[in-house]
Amino acid sequence: MSAEFDQKIHTTLADANLQLAIYTATGRLKEKRVESVAPGILPDYQELRTQANAIKQHSIENLDHYLEEFERNVEARRGKVVYCKDATEVADFVLGLAKERRARLVVKSKSMTTEEVDLNERLEHHGLESVETDLGEYILQLAHERPYHIVAPALHKTRYDVAEIFTRTLHVPNEIVIEKQTAIARRVLREKFLAADIGISGANFLVADSGAVVIVENEGNARLTTTAPKIHIAVAGIEKVIPRAQDLATFLKLLARSATGQLLSVYTSFLAGPRRPGEIDGPDEFYVVLLDNGRTKLLPDRTKRQSLYCIRCGACLNTCPVYRKIGGHSFPWVYSGPIGAIITPQFMGVAHEPSLPFASSLCGACGEVCPVKIDIPKILLELRSDVKKSETREKQNRIEKLAFRAFAFLMTHPRLYELAGRMGAAMAPSDGGSWIRNLPAPMNIGPVRAWLSQRDLPPPPAKSFREMWRRR
Amino acid sequence: MSRDNILHRIRTAIGRSAGQAVADPPPVRLHIPEADMESRIASMIVRIEALAGKAYRADTGKNACATVAAAIAGKTAVASNAPYLAECGITALPGVRSGITDRDELRQVCAAADIGITSADYALADTGSLVMLSSPQEARLVSLLPPAHIAVVPRERILTGLDELFTVLPNPAIQTSSMVLITGPSRTADIEQILVRGVHGPGQITVIMV
Amino acid sequence: MGKRVSLFVTCIVDQLFPKVGMAMAGVLERLGYQVDFPENQTCCGQPAFNSGYRGEARLVARHFLDTFESCETIVVPSGSCTAMVTHHFAELFAKDQAALARVHALEKRVWEFATFLTEVAGVEDVGARLEEVVTFHDGCHGLRELGIRDAPRRLLACVRGLELREIEPAEECCGFGGTFAVKFAELSGAMARTKIEAIERTGARTVVSLDPSCLMQIQGALLRAGSSVRTMHLAEVLASR
Ligand code: SF4
Repeated sequence: MSAEFDQKIHTTLADANLQLAIYTATGRLKEKRVESVAPGILPDYQELRTQANAIKQHSIENLDHYLEEFERNVEARRGKVVYCKDATEVADFVLGLAKERRARLVVKSKSMTTEEVDLNERLEHHGLESVETDLGEYILQLAHERPYHIVAPALHKTRYDVAEIFTRTLHVPNEIVIEKQTAIARRVLREKFLAADIGISGANFLVADSGAVVIVENEGNARLTTTAPKIHIAVAGIEKVIPRAQDLATFLKLLARSATGQLLSVYTSFLAGPRRPGEIDGPDEFYVVLLDNGRTKLLPDRTKRQSLYCIRCGACLNTCPVYRKIGGHSFPWVYSGPIGAIITPQFMGVAHEPSLPFASSLCGACGEVCPVKIDIPKILLELRSDVKKSETREKQNRIEKLAFRAFAFLMTHPRLYELAGRMGAAMAPSDGGSWIRNLPAPMNIGPVRAWLSQRDLPPPPAKSFREMWRRR
Repeated sequence: MSRDNILHRIRTAIGRSAGQAVADPPPVRLHIPEADMESRIASMIVRIEALAGKAYRADTGKNACATVAAAIAGKTAVASNAPYLAECGITALPGVRSGITDRDELRQVCAAADIGITSADYALADTGSLVMLSSPQEARLVSLLPPAHIAVVPRERILTGLDELFTVLPNPAIQTSSMVLITGPSRTADIEQILVRGVHGPGQITVIMV
Repeated sequence: MGKRVSLFVTCIVDQLFPKVGMAMAGVLERLGYQVDFPENQTCCGQPAFNSGYRGEARLVARHFLDTFESCETIVVPSGSCTAMVTHHFAELFAKDQAALARVHALEKRVWEFATFLTEVAGVEDVGARLEEVVTFHDGCHGLRELGIRDAPRRLLACVRGLELREIEPAEECCGFGGTFAVKFAELSGAMARTKIEAIERTGARTVVSLDPSCLMQIQGALLRAGSSVRTMHLAEVLASR
């Protein structure tokens, strides 16, 4: 495990306030999800999951076809599709367009995809002001932090944190009432919306048969982002494409429920091209950036490519006992929780943080709630195997490798296994059968020490089961 | 450049060749439940109220107009160019601006108005949603910039839900460049999970079913 | 003579909790089964599989196949080890048709203990008596991979003198997770503490589970926290009279 990962986990676990904040927030989202998919409310929940999974599978299996269909339909409605292979290409495209159109201000609505490519930083670096407009994202932009959660980005911030951030960066009087904090953001951002030249959004779905971008949100900032400025750019991963507008009926029923327990999010925008003749408002120019950024690397393997089915609902984070302890910032990249644990190693390479796929008790809660039925635990297991295959011959890994060789040897030689077990038992201290709390230094090493750092250890019994069985 | 490169990488990875035919996608899954008008309206009311919106029935356009007039009560309003609003007499109410066709003017008026009044192309009973298709008659900002939104919907426009909507509009892009479903007032829970309404869009929503 | 069943007691029961195995054998014998213990058995290979060592896991899995292939019915006092055999062996041998055929032939005959009682033996009341307020911990693999929810509860409901109280929130992991418990010890410990707080809120004096490894984690954490709540495997409860 990298020292950084270890350290972040430790710091988060040690922060009692943060622990409570994460646990309460995710707990609430988790409960609301459960209520909203209960059989009395959504009787065909499981069939919808199966359908959503089947559509995603089909879309990914024919990804080139649907992207081309999408592209044709966008362009037929005077929109433009731009394929980008990485962060630099996205930034170059936006900067180039901004320069041509003499744009100075960009408003952005929430998009994990643009987080992935650090778009704000890249634009700001070239003197283009870029403002996040989702309340949570705005707070984090002011605080220079990454989203803590893919749905509730500022989950770790209290009203007091927000008050401090606002007074420091916006020079407004200290305000700790949440309604009033929201009003401050509304006022500041309203001006930005009306002054912005370009609006950049993400996309929840790209609809091939319509050439439409679908964006789901609660605040109205995505609507403003895609309506007020004259130019709208949607940045989406290539995996977001689905075949038909009619498939939205399936996905929309699942997405908001899984994310926040709402039946539908407040605003679902289905945007197909720039404004048409006679329309009074809406953008004059409409671009869709289709981003690869490592996604094509996930395609060859049939199991692992399921990771691309994700609709970023965040349900797996809220239900994950690991996320609920270590929070979002412990994760080594922008995506956190179970989905982060499976896509980070695949996008960035397993060496990025080799221990990430191991940071799971494999409880399976994520797979159970995933609305598109990604088999997250199975992918974690495959990634663990990938990590082991790719590992270098560093000392720690060599010891582990040897240990598992020895394990396999013993477990295929029952007599030696029995002997080894009895030897271990003979070495262990026997204290009238009570559980072990401490061990003398030479024995208190490796996994035993790690175990004892948190819990007591059962003492080996006087006789193993097989001995008892023989003598009964 | 990147386009062909990316498409090529995709095809290699999934084992397809350019232009290769595609098997049929899984059949579309749309089930429209039986629900008479009365139960659709009842469901609209329950859903909208559950989201802290207001929902009214009006027997006639005139009654709807009276409800709108009561809601305006001295405040300023902007109405979309939907002919239905004019039919009901809403555009002629004092304090209501309507008939705007210039983009900049519309922005200014909407940014300053207390209330935005629109019709809606459809409503969805099982979620209490309004379905707004952008058009020369129905601009986007009217339901977005003012702090309150009133929608006047002819009752025959109330559909059971998403499945019926996508049956009626199998491909909304044919009709419009923008279809927005509005389900309750704008809201956020980004700070401490405390619900606050009206963050960027309207904090109040009123639906009148005629 | 009754039908024959073979025990796969798992390595953890063999080495650390032999009483669980004896209790399970006792319950089965009382129900009229003829119980045997194939002596060559060791482990299902899960530790290696979950740690990414598939080659090693495959060797152990093959040993399991060799050992149990001739057995008609195999009963296991662990949801997790059962799931390893019935769900993951096939993954391990996905590219080895011959082994895969052996796996498929075997996996239908491997049963988790509680499910065996309710589904195969068709009993709920095994005649047990235990004056105790207990709560039940759902082991994650039994719950999510094997779908075991009701079986243990139905069995517990028939134990005379026993009162079952459910944990709130239910169905949350105890934090064991095999090598996870030592690789991410602090995190695993924090998960265990959240679990035992929930257990203590039930007011039960004993936690019952189908999985010896969960019980090891929970008991270890309870003791470390100075709690007087104790753990029991379902087999031990059902063997009480
Ligand atoms: S992996 Fe599944 S549950 Fe997790 S965010 Fe993606 S869609 Fe939601």
